[in-house]
Amino acid sequence: MEKEQRIAWEAQCIQEEPPACSTTCPLHVDVRQFMKEMAEGDVNEAYKVLRKNLPFVGILGRICTHPCETKCRRGEVGGALAIGSLERFCVEHYGSPDRVKLLPRKSKTVAVVGGDVAGLVAAHDLRKKGYGVTLLEPGNHLGQSFRKFSEDLLPDSVIEEELGALKDMKVDVRFGATLDAAAFEALCTEFDAVFVDRTSSECASLPLEKDNDGLIGVDPITGGTSCPGVFAGGKEGEVPIMLAADGRKGALSIERFLQQAHMTIGRENDGPYETRLYTNLEGIAPLDRVRCADPDVGYTLGEAVQEATRCIQCECMECVKVCQYLAHYKKYPKKYIRQFFNNEKVLLGAAHSSNQTINSCTNCGLCAEVCPNDLHMGEVCLEGRHAMLQGNYMPPSAHEFALQDMEFSTSDEFVTCRHQPGTQQSAYLYFPSCQLSATAPAEVLESYRLLCENLSGGVGILLGCCGAPAYWSGREALFRETLKTLRQQWQAMGKPEVITACCTCQSVFSEHLPDIPIKPLWQVLENNALIDNACREKDAGKTIAVVDPCSSRYDPEIQNGVRRILGNLGFTLEELPLSGELAECCGYGGLVFNANPKLDNAIVTRRAGENERDYLAYCAMCRDKFVNVGKRTAHLIELLFPSVAGNDPWARGWISWSERRKNRRRVKDELLVNLGETVEHTVESYEKIVLHIDSELLRTLDSRRILESDLRQVVFHAEQTCKRLRHNQSGMFRANHKMGNTTFWVDYAPEDEGYRIHNAYCHRMNVTGVK
Amino acid sequence: MKFSEEEIQNWKCETCGEGLVMRKVEFSYMKGSFHAELPACPKCGLVLITEELAMGKMAEAEKALEDK
Ligand code: SF4
Ligand code: SF4
Ligand code: SF4
Ligand SMILES: [Zn+2]
Repeated sequence: MEKEQRIAWEAQCIQEEPPACSTTCPLHVDVRQFMKEMAEGDVNEAYKVLRKNLPFVGILGRICTHPCETKCRRGEVGGALAIGSLERFCVEHYGSPDRVKLLPRKSKTVAVVGGDVAGLVAAHDLRKKGYGVTLLEPGNHLGQSFRKFSEDLLPDSVIEEELGALKDMKVDVRFGATLDAAAFEALCTEFDAVFVDRTSSECASLPLEKDNDGLIGVDPITGGTSCPGVFAGGKEGEVPIMLAADGRKGALSIERFLQQAHMTIGRENDGPYETRLYTNLEGIAPLDRVRCADPDVGYTLGEAVQEATRCIQCECMECVKVCQYLAHYKKYPKKYIRQFFNNEKVLLGAAHSSNQTINSCTNCGLCAEVCPNDLHMGEVCLEGRHAMLQGNYMPPSAHEFALQDMEFSTSDEFVTCRHQPGTQQSAYLYFPSCQLSATAPAEVLESYRLLCENLSGGVGILLGCCGAPAYWSGREALFRETLKTLRQQWQAMGKPEVITACCTCQSVFSEHLPDIPIKPLWQVLENNALIDNACREKDAGKTIAVVDPCSSRYDPEIQNGVRRILGNLGFTLEELPLSGELAECCGYGGLVFNANPKLDNAIVTRRAGENERDYLAYCAMCRDKFVNVGKRTAHLIELLFPSVAGNDPWARGWISWSERRKNRRRVKDELLVNLGETVEHTVESYEKIVLHIDSELLRTLDSRRILESDLRQVVFHAEQTCKRLRHNQSGMFRANHKMGNTTFWVDYAPEDEGYRIHNAYCHRMNVTGVK
Repeated sequence: MKFSEEEIQNWKCETCGEGLVMRKVEFSYMKGSFHAELPACPKCGLVLITEELAMGKMAEAEKALEDK
């Protein structure tokens, strides 16, 4: 991940942007956190939150005109939070202010001219930062604008107490100061910077350029005046909180000026601004503002807590809400991106958890669909996988099994490319997909027969794999190689229109082989009236839930077409919580089933429980994965070809990886037989071994990704070499054999013509010596 | 890694006809290597790795080494 890319991705995730209340607050109080503390009844912590951003918090907390409330998102569902009243409650409840903690004293000094709100805040902020501050007030009172409130709202004693902080902070306050040109000249020499509070009328006479209103002219971003080092803010008639914001702006500018930092960079968000945070209010029940029982007294603690509880705690998290993977690792994309980047560039792949995390995304794209800025974590993770391969720290076991399965599907065992029997050209090319051939071989053959009989111009067939596993695992070269082969095969067939029965193939072709015309089988069947709407008569009226595969996300035509077909067959349809453009992945995507079987299982198990109806899938992997966790699920192709022997869509159980390979071989063999070709297989000696395995053990071994051919090879090897252990009582053998990166162990005993398998397991670690 | 006496005594190396004894076995995977006391044939060195060991400790170690 390059730095620019990281920054661009990070910028897309706005989860860390502050909520509207904070960005509307001129001093950016963390209202959300304040509400959280208040909701917990922790008034002291809530006070600390206010104090962080509000100077003279006892004053501003009482009299702020709370512009934040105008933008509070709760306002759209009930009524805006009573932010002003709660702040008042909090500061009244807390009592006397604590001492302000100062940074170590700096050598630079600042003069603040005029002691109304802007000047007070500037003096407070600068002194807090460690500068020496002298406050020159022409009159004999500070905080004129504070003194216009009734004693009820803001008691004098509170003003005195809060402003007393300046004395504690060792701000040198001088009353009755003369403000003429000469005095000003002297100030500019004596102090390193000056802030002028324009609220005080005496300041108008200072020798600084004026604006159209006769006020000291200031730069809108910095508050800088015509004289370098002199800043100004405040304006008669403004509300105190805006005056305070002006004072803060001046203090920030002076700090930058004294540090010789850039004056304007990154100051877009100094005052109130529009937040980029997105918060979805869907499903949030409206709640009206909590009224105080006695308006004269204000909120009681109970009422205040209740009111604060109405805060939505605005945040985005749209993607995390819908993606089990993102939720599983307990972060949100901006954090993931940072973590991946650090793992790659700083730790060079040593962070175990990042490697796992990057390999656990299904690449389904749901996040991009719900994200206000379309951030696609699948792309981030894919890039992460490329980096892992390049940096040589991709865990070898992460995708090995899936890639071996793909290797099978792109080998002679399965690959076939032929014109329709008896023809020499193809107007169409049926590409049923490796996974559908693996799970529904008879239906694949039957659908091919139907296409051949009904479409004119010849329907060729291409058995193979679209290369999705290579793509998902980050094996770019292999993926490109696979695409190249597909293109060549398509060209050799005369560039026919491709018909596929797999949404993943469809999307791989559309995206990576865009010049190859491709259509889903379902559409072709429907358009050519090849669906017998009465074929599911006995199921008519059955209610089922449709499972859209994640790869159908951007193809509403397929999604609607499938629903139409099902409706015409007489089914009543229910929708899963997320479907259509929000379709979820079954866990096969991104090869998560291989890299993180636990998460994969959790995903499919949760999804299986989302609707009690039988499911109907139109992706082979979806069908098999739901069935694998015990959910009755049929594949669309099974509904359409009821004449196929043994076709009982919802009753068909799980299918092993070994069987999947057998089925692919079967599709190829039968096709070749139909073409009148002789089918020849070189059968290895070990393949002739007969195994007896009970069904439960078969499942266990399948989940360990141990194939029957693995078992045969171990037994064969042990029988040949006699290198094996023998159990004294039972006579059972235990033998091992290393194949590829894996050592397989098998417990077995001769039985009838063949061998009974009692158990098998495997490991990747190698025995290198015995002492 | 513990082995019950029984587990060890139950097995015999077929080729050598020997019972198993505890031996120091060296393992390697990726860039890591380590050793463990495991039952093995005293003559030919055929090692016994149990299901528990393979699916437990060894699998964990493999994961750890893969992500290093
Ligand atoms: S949807 Fe996710 S990635 Fe997008 S902004 Fe929200 S939290 Fe960030
Ligand atoms: S609901 Fe809470 S977090 Fe959201 S804008 Fe209102 S006060 Fe702020
Ligand atoms: S691509 Fe899918 S699995 Fe990956 S983060 Fe996005 S929603 Fe989650
Ligand atoms: Zn031996």
